[in-house]
Amino acid sequence: MFKEYTPLKNKIFQVIDNDGKVINTKWMPEIDSERLVKIYKDMLFARTADLQIVSYQRQGRIYTYPPNYGQEAIAAGVGAVIKDHDWMVPAFRELGTMLAKGVTLKEMFLYFMGNEEGSNFKNANFTLPISVPIASQLIHAAGIGYAIKYNKEKKVAYAFVGDGGTSEGDFHEAVNFAGVWKVPVVFIIQNNQYGISTPTSVQTASENLAIKSVAYGVKGIMVDGNDFFAMYRVVEEAAKLCLNGEGPVLIEAVTYRKGAHTTSDDPSKYRTKEEEDAWEEKDPMKRLKAYLIDKGLWSEKEEAKIIPQFKVEIDRQFIEAENHPPYPKEDVFKHLYAEMPDDLKEQEKQYDRYLQWKSGKVKQ
Amino acid sequence: MKIMNMVNAINDALDLKLAEDKTVIVYGQDVGVEGGVFRVTEGLQKKYGVQRVFDSPLAESGIVGTAIGMAVAGLRPVVEMQFCGFIYPAFNQIISHASRMRNRSRGKYETPIVIRMPYGGGINALEHHSESMETIFGHIPGLKVVVPSTPHDAKGMLIAAIESNDTILFMEPKRIYRAIKQEVAEGKFTIPLGKANVIAQGTDVTVVAYGAMVREVQKAAVMAKEAGISVEIIDLRSIYPIDRETIAKSVKKTGRIITVTEGPKTYGVGSEISQIALEEAFLHLEAPPARVSGFDVIVPLPKGEHHYMQDPYKIFYEIERTVKY
Repeated sequence: MFKEYTPLKNKIFQVIDNDGKVINTKWMPEIDSERLVKIYKDMLFARTADLQIVSYQRQGRIYTYPPNYGQEAIAAGVGAVIKDHDWMVPAFRELGTMLAKGVTLKEMFLYFMGNEEGSNFKNANFTLPISVPIASQLIHAAGIGYAIKYNKEKKVAYAFVGDGGTSEGDFHEAVNFAGVWKVPVVFIIQNNQYGISTPTSVQTASENLAIKSVAYGVKGIMVDGNDFFAMYRVVEEAAKLCLNGEGPVLIEAVTYRKGAHTTSDDPSKYRTKEEEDAWEEKDPMKRLKAYLIDKGLWSEKEEAKIIPQFKVEIDRQFIEAENHPPYPKEDVFKHLYAEMPDDLKEQEKQYDRYLQWKSGKVKQ
Repeated sequence: MKIMNMVNAINDALDLKLAEDKTVIVYGQDVGVEGGVFRVTEGLQKKYGVQRVFDSPLAESGIVGTAIGMAVAGLRPVVEMQFCGFIYPAFNQIISHASRMRNRSRGKYETPIVIRMPYGGGINALEHHSESMETIFGHIPGLKVVVPSTPHDAKGMLIAAIESNDTILFMEPKRIYRAIKQEVAEGKFTIPLGKANVIAQGTDVTVVAYGAMVREVQKAAVMAKEAGISVEIIDLRSIYPIDRETIAKSVKKTGRIITVTEGPKTYGVGSEISQIALEEAFLHLEAPPARVSGFDVIVPLPKGEHHYMQDPYKIFYEIERTVKY
């Protein structure tokens, strides 16, 4: 696969077309029907949640949020391959993979409501918290890869970044380290065409982003990130290589951010309606749904029935997050050091005295 | 005169310097087409073209490093870091090159660069969007660090910064980007960098602050007045160089000094100001210098941020404590 689709040929790996028809039978992955429907439902759940979160934000019930809208097949492709014991090293736009790892929506809600407790994943192991500084997390994945190899574990680390992130030095250091060490890391670039307002053409003069793998001596491929089957197949193949000691792998998943960069952003300032409409044809959910309907595995009726059920569940977890206990003052202080330094203890005590004064309990 | 907020005032300063000086180049992430995530550079690309106002790749080290190259080659780059919390990839370029080039070359090369960046908390932001790390930059020899607290100051200080031959970190308190509006003189004027501004005369205690904290101190001073305490307020304006003279003169008059800063407490700007008070006015002091600051912790996410942030109550508490000492 990696020879046939070397990024030097600037050829994109696709399995289905925009109407959900299989155009590349050679690489069509084998996924049994029941599992495939489950994956589609998970994608639909993630999309429904994502849209709902944006509306919660508009209601002022949640702070800034980076929508995943239009990029669901990438998170789902990785989500379907990643195992509980594999490592997930996120950026901040991989809701579907986070949910697949066992992170709960409630935890994501808590995080975006501004509570660190939302990064304390109760059920998801080997899943790092969301990383906001661009591309910096990728180097951690190389280090995790080293540890996996050192400990002779059969695991893979999956690390995410956006197209803008490939301009950061950290991206290059990460792929280089992983290449030199030959560690089991799959780097996934979600090329959604824009870093906030900046198009990929301003980020790089390269023909594509996958080609950056060539210079670091690692396997790379450009895949249609809106084609679930292509995504799944590439990630599956990359995982196999990693487990065989033939990693790392760099995947460029070409997609489109249908929403804003974050809820603070207004994309109409920097892109056209025509461009948005053209990408609408390639929407990942639409394509997978067309495939499923064609095979008799899904129907619009089922979809119309399940979305309201999802909404109830999403609302339930959201309200649970809203009703989370107030932020304890102690949490400001206690997680910085294994043992709290005396000076910090004193700062907390002084703050306690201030709070007593403020509540009128003591005078100066 | 024109009514402006700080965003308008900074835009106006950039506009004036771009018009006047062909060597001025403005760039950074999303500053061109979008006009910056806070719209500070809005309209400038349209007016001055993509050669002079443009979007860069997403790479802070690259932005500052190229600015150094442009500067030694005769340009005057004004670059933007999207948030203070994202400047760290550029830290190496700032500390290893920008702040050293003149000294290293014994004056043969200069780096007249302005690095603009929004900083500070209180806006319910995601992680890395609320920090106030002026201390670590104030500690770098060869670098100037300045912070305006009003639209008027922002305009005059930014023009002065662009005209300076030093590398200047221009920190913009984003919490008050749009919160304060005032009349700002049209056309060019400058405010000398390194000079503090006594914005309220008082007799009982000196309170030193800068950026968004000045407004909090002004509110606390009203509470103090009601309690019969007269507060002198100094807007420091410049973290480095620091205006020893204004601090010393004021503390000699009031005998008490309190600093209000957003960053963590230990080794903060407040510590430096307290030391200046001790060195310059030891025998005039009637109470130990006091600090209102963040704790030595990571700025909590929005649900916990109120514990960390300074507000008029916290400042008034310290004023009362110091006066009653």
